Amino acid sequence: MAQDSGEPVSQAELAGSPVLLAETPAAPARRQRARIPLAPGEVRWLALPFLAPALVLLGAILLYPLIYSIVRSLFADGPAGGFGSFAGLRNYGSIFTDSSTLRAVENNLLWLVVVPTIVTILGLIFAVLTERIRWATAFKTVLFMPMAISALASGITFALIYADQPSRGLANTITVGIHDAFGSSSAYPTVFSNDAAAYSGSASAGYTTKSTFAPGSPALLPLTGLNLQSPPPDARQAAMPSAARGVYGVVWNDFRLGGGGTAGKIDPRELGLPGIQVQAIRGSQVVATTTADAHGGFVFPGLTSGRYQLRLPAANFAAAFGGVSWLGPNLITPAIMIAYLWIYAGFAMVLLAAGMSAISRDALEAARMDGATEWQVFRRITVPLLAPVLTVVFVTLIINVLKVFDIVFIIGQSAGANQKYSDVLAVSLYNAFGNQQYGLASAIGVILVLAVIPMMVVNIRRSRKEQR
Amino acid sequence: MALARTTMAAIAVGAATMGLAAACSSGKSSTPPAQSGSAAAAAFKGQSFTILGQWTGLEQSAFQSVINKFDKSTGAKGQYTPAAGGSEPTVLGAKVAGGTPPDIAILSLPGAIAQYGTAGKLHALSATSQAAVAQNFATEWATLGTVKGTEYGVPVDASDKSTVWYNATAFMNAGITSTPTTWPGLIADAKTLAASGVHTPISVGGGDGWTLTDWFENVYIRTAGLANYDKLTHHQIKWTDPTVATALTALKQIWGDKALIGSPSAALTVPFTGSVDNVFKASPTSAIVYEASFVATTIPADKDPAKVGTVAKYFPFPSINGSAPVVEAAGDFAVAFTSNPAAQAFMTFLASPQAAQLLVSYPGSGFISANKNLAATAYPDPTTAGLGQQIVSVGDNFRFDMSDQAPAAFGGTPNKGEWADLQTFLGNGNVQAAQAALEKDAESVTWTS
Repeated sequence: MAQDSGEPVSQAELAGSPVLLAETPAAPARRQRARIPLAPGEVRWLALPFLAPALVLLGAILLYPLIYSIVRSLFADGPAGGFGSFAGLRNYGSIFTDSSTLRAVENNLLWLVVVPTIVTILGLIFAVLTERIRWATAFKTVLFMPMAISALASGITFALIYADQPSRGLANTITVGIHDAFGSSSAYPTVFSNDAAAYSGSASAGYTTKSTFAPGSPALLPLTGLNLQSPPPDARQAAMPSAARGVYGVVWNDFRLGGGGTAGKIDPRELGLPGIQVQAIRGSQVVATTTADAHGGFVFPGLTSGRYQLRLPAANFAAAFGGVSWLGPNLITPAIMIAYLWIYAGFAMVLLAAGMSAISRDALEAARMDGATEWQVFRRITVPLLAPVLTVVFVTLIINVLKVFDIVFIIGQSAGANQKYSDVLAVSLYNAFGNQQYGLASAIGVILVLAVIPMMVVNIRRSRKEQR
Repeated sequence: MALARTTMAAIAVGAATMGLAAACSSGKSSTPPAQSGSAAAAAFKGQSFTILGQWTGLEQSAFQSVINKFDKSTGAKGQYTPAAGGSEPTVLGAKVAGGTPPDIAILSLPGAIAQYGTAGKLHALSATSQAAVAQNFATEWATLGTVKGTEYGVPVDASDKSTVWYNATAFMNAGITSTPTTWPGLIADAKTLAASGVHTPISVGGGDGWTLTDWFENVYIRTAGLANYDKLTHHQIKWTDPTVATALTALKQIWGDKALIGSPSAALTVPFTGSVDNVFKASPTSAIVYEASFVATTIPADKDPAKVGTVAKYFPFPSINGSAPVVEAAGDFAVAFTSNPAAQAFMTFLASPQAAQLLVSYPGSGFISANKNLAATAYPDPTTAGLGQQIVSVGDNFRFDMSDQAPAAFGGTPNKGEWADLQTFLGNGNVQAAQAALEKDAESVTWTS
């Protein structure tokens, strides 16, 4: 080996330089890699021992598993994960018949259609815009930073952002904040009545008394469900307002801390529901509206004759706006895609910005001199000249999206029962492997490889063309 | 990855230290832990064996203390590895399929024991291990580790899955003085709790499918009886059976009532830990959560947790239509994949009261043992002691978790099979559709026994 050591170095140097040059987009020298002339005394077969380690590794960790997977995908699952009977293409068929894997296929297609396009467009926009601003490098660094964070960490971060409780999830803190700025939440979201004899209606429709009340006969309107651990600070012992003109009564929480009261009666330590809205109804018309005082008492001084039903409108009980269910069945896939955009937009931007810096300024200047608008310059000059780089970015993203796993898996895990709505093929593969459905898992793997192959062909062809 | 590598390094260092400790102590003769007496000190000097399990944290430390004790007295080197990513079936399945199984695996699924036993991958228990299991455990536990007449499993720990946990403060605030003993009583108390201002009286952790299978199994064993429970466990009756409809309908009295469990779609996003948190956090939104004895170990992870035994208490799962008291249990079994003699001796040791004592007394491990020769004083607190007492005192009058005995693809996989079907049922309350889906999924897997 020692006597050979001089030669590989020289060979590497010889082979190395043109390859490096060819990979630089603006490289003037374009030579064909395959026809490197041999140095004097060099033998072509000598390359073999030097390639051998790589070939062995590739064979062991790439070729063998690939062939094994293809074979395994044609067999059913035997006991304890072993080979079962020959299944032909049945494992492949079940990918498209089983509802969970079919959903994964659909999600993968959605990813494929939406994500590479949006990421490329975003990257292009950022690349074009950063050319013009002062702090371009800082801006680019910030945008590229997510690429430096592991997808797992990003996934956990976004899972927290999307958490349901507004107290925990940033996305819902913002949505609830905006929502509440335009309409405040109700005072008694937990209060309700189970008394079907006294009221018709429900918390979401409002409660209407079944009986009618005349002036002078006090109305008792019991409700329950007030959080007694933290009652409204202005709530006082429930009490009937002193006899007044008109229809009057009390609306109170008919439950006291520790229980023990009589239902339908005002017991000691039972609180009024201050601020609750009460409507008086005649026929189906609301004739008067008032709110209860700190003791739950209310009076309609204007209603001095006739009989009225009383209504506690639904607005009193409207549940607090809980925000959007980001990780619910409908939004979970778009939500994960946004996290992915956050990571990869910077990646696309950096590649495209590099491509743009290689574009000849002359062409752009010439177009501007000729009176082209910025949009025309972008559309007719920049994009066509950038096309090769755009293709690289787009194809890379397609391959990345086909095999997307980590971020979907991590964010999905915090979605509870809704995780299944986020599944993509790589996640299905992982799950099938976990269930020891090695046949199905292999079939999914083979399908993924088949899906990636056309993209790889495009990539290889393009790079060959570039080197020629 | 860095974390994983650090852990690996820590394990490697730990193993080396253990080896040193074993070498130092090999001269002294300590009491032989194995009951057979054949495992004398230094009997397995220098021999090593591997154990795969899913315990991490304090549970892992407790189990490590058992290994250390064994190593110290026999000179063997036991190395425990928790399955990466917490998915033991995946790791074990790949190892077995690849021909490099661990010497011992700790399995929580009798279904997996049946699967590997039927496939001929397991090594039968030695006569001494069998004797130790027979001496220390109720017959039913030995039966659970037996596949087609051959005994493979040593019970390690157990959990009582018929406990309903409640917040005693919330009960007191609502004026509920005695815990419910019947199904209608539970519903009535939950309604009282709602009136007292507990927004969602019963917390259902529907984000994890297994909590729902446990709910179903407790209701089913009470409405359909033990015989039907055994049949459904092995899919000898179909999920479209009327007994299943009865159980689901009873379940729907709680699951289908928004006043009791809140919105089902919200419940479906709450994981098990979250459901416990809702009841025992500083300002609780719920008062009752049904799950197994291990809730006691989940509570201290809460922020400002309720104190177990004073605020966090439990009552037995209530009787339905006058059903007799019955306990649903679960637990972990050690099974051997090789004939490694040190591993065999360790299995025998695991069945002993000494090993059980080390497990349950480890602070914070929360382990409970079904070992009937374990002294109640071994437990660190009265609550776990009570739970342990209960598991031992039921003897053979318990049934093992049904879904744990089913093939994993049906009863043990997130978002698949029974887990997913019961989640769907929690969401829509459609009994017939749930039965049809359950039967369809049950038919699509292979039932080993």
